Amino acid sequence: MNIVNDLINIERKATREGFGEAMLELGKRNKKVMVVTADLGESMKVDEFERNYPEQFVQVGVAEQNMMGVAAGLSLSGKVPFAVSYAVFNPGRNWDQLRVSVCYTGANVKIVGGHAGITVGPDGATHQALEDIAITRVLPNLMVVVPADFEQTKKATLAIAAHNGPVYLRLTRPKTACFTTATTPFQLGKAQVLREGKDISIFACGSLVYEALLAAEELKDEINIEVVNVHTIKPIDEDTLVKSAKKTGRVITLEDHQVSGGLGGAVAEVLGEKCPTKMIRMGMRDAFGESGEPGELLTKYGLDKEGVIKTIIEIIKNG
Amino acid sequence: MVDLAEKAREIRVEIIRMLRKAESGHSAGALGAADLFACLYFGELLNFRCKEPYWEERDRLVLSCGHYAPVWYASLALAGFFPMEELMTLRKLGSRLQGHPVRVASTSYTAHKQLPGVENTGGPLGQGVSIAVGMALAAKRDKKKWKTVCICSDAEQQEGQTWEAYQTASKYDLGNLWFVIDRNEIQISGNVHEVMPIEPLVEKLKAFGLRVIEVDGNDIDQIIMAFEKGKLFPDEPKVIVMRTVAGKGVSFMERDFRWHGKAPTDEESEKALWELK
Repeated sequence: MNIVNDLINIERKATREGFGEAMLELGKRNKKVMVVTADLGESMKVDEFERNYPEQFVQVGVAEQNMMGVAAGLSLSGKVPFAVSYAVFNPGRNWDQLRVSVCYTGANVKIVGGHAGITVGPDGATHQALEDIAITRVLPNLMVVVPADFEQTKKATLAIAAHNGPVYLRLTRPKTACFTTATTPFQLGKAQVLREGKDISIFACGSLVYEALLAAEELKDEINIEVVNVHTIKPIDEDTLVKSAKKTGRVITLEDHQVSGGLGGAVAEVLGEKCPTKMIRMGMRDAFGESGEPGELLTKYGLDKEGVIKTIIEIIKNG
Repeated sequence: MVDLAEKAREIRVEIIRMLRKAESGHSAGALGAADLFACLYFGELLNFRCKEPYWEERDRLVLSCGHYAPVWYASLALAGFFPMEELMTLRKLGSRLQGHPVRVASTSYTAHKQLPGVENTGGPLGQGVSIAVGMALAAKRDKKKWKTVCICSDAEQQEGQTWEAYQTASKYDLGNLWFVIDRNEIQISGNVHEVMPIEPLVEKLKAFGLRVIEVDGNDIDQIIMAFEKGKLFPDEPKVIVMRTVAGKGVSFMERDFRWHGKAPTDEESEKALWELK
């Protein structure tokens, strides 16, 4: 899989910026595409969409439950609405509306949850969505997508607009490493083996895929690590996961989310049934986050490159 | 000219028969709203084609208080959307008449099929109100002529989402949107004013920017007039606050909150049907 060669001197941009750029393109290309937001247009990077396409923009104010319902109504009338807010509110606060008005109905609504994970940073735990993957992936008819960087978010945004059905798209706040390029392939539902290896598999999602790549690079002379970007959590790419686990016999999952119900839970479900494998789940372990800079928080909770290396050594030591 | 009072009676008879057969469901709200539904489907208040239920230019009816399903189903069957005998499958395994209404968009997988004429999935209160706002907004942006009518219950006004939706309807001047609130004063655990008072309802609705029209919801002429009057305000979202008698037409159910979520027994349904003859 082609990604940038130099992982150290790397450009940094936020996934939400990629989302904003893709929405501008979509707004022009498809007049049925609409944005519905709950007072967070600017920080979700759809302010330019609003300026360029006011007829395709709806501002409901701080009312996320209503936002979800309005989006459902728009979609039942032929529109392709993107319901856009922070993940703690959307799908956190409006989950019942997501379940009934959108998922059960199969309404073609795209739910975009921004500022997910502890990397929200200083705002603290109230604003750090660490449960959104868990509460979305249990809903029938709903696809769950966690793009890993800026370019991938652009591609994912265009792809989910073309997919007929509800999708949850998870975005983050800080500028993160842009390790995929405009030409890196992307296909919904298809996990990406970014780096092949035979000793251990790391299944990661979101911006932490980069930490896994850094760890694999650092240990490359001692351990051969396979890094898989599981950008679509649902439907999960069982074939790629099982194939990799069979090959390496050791699996680490890595996510900026609770390990219960998140990517770790999803992978454990697949491997438990199809290929029981020695496994460590990295992520938040039944804990809320706290204020701090994103990098400090990743270090504290062991989710940066150093934490990944430590876990790799641990899993290798234990056989 | 259709005899709307007679249609309302026929709807009530079907409601009792369906609920008896189902052995569960909500009696009082459905019975109270039968006059409104007779006007909507047989009094030319709604523009629809029963043989082409999702015709693009149809008016949209959203039933936000999904537990009123029996009155909607009975009206749709009587209006020709699906065979009358299917009413007896209400709440049974494999039926298109689910316990609460379901709209299945084409991409959705569900265990049951779409009942023609149903526009929204409803049950958790407040959700249909927002869906209706979304529909009306889409129609306005696309300069379509069709209107959206959203029916909700009075206790539903206790849900915060309804007020979120009203402020949006008002902000976007959705003159193509009609809410109807069934002010029957009962809810599942008691009388509305005891469980959680919602008055002064009319003043609150006005304060949220809605054009309020008050009627007796068991009076056919008043219902028809309310929709006529509303047309005088083409740029304002409208709400018809309709006072009804819960359980209307069946003496032992009338005004009794215990009939909110209960179906009649054999004996009770016989008595009810006799009263409705």
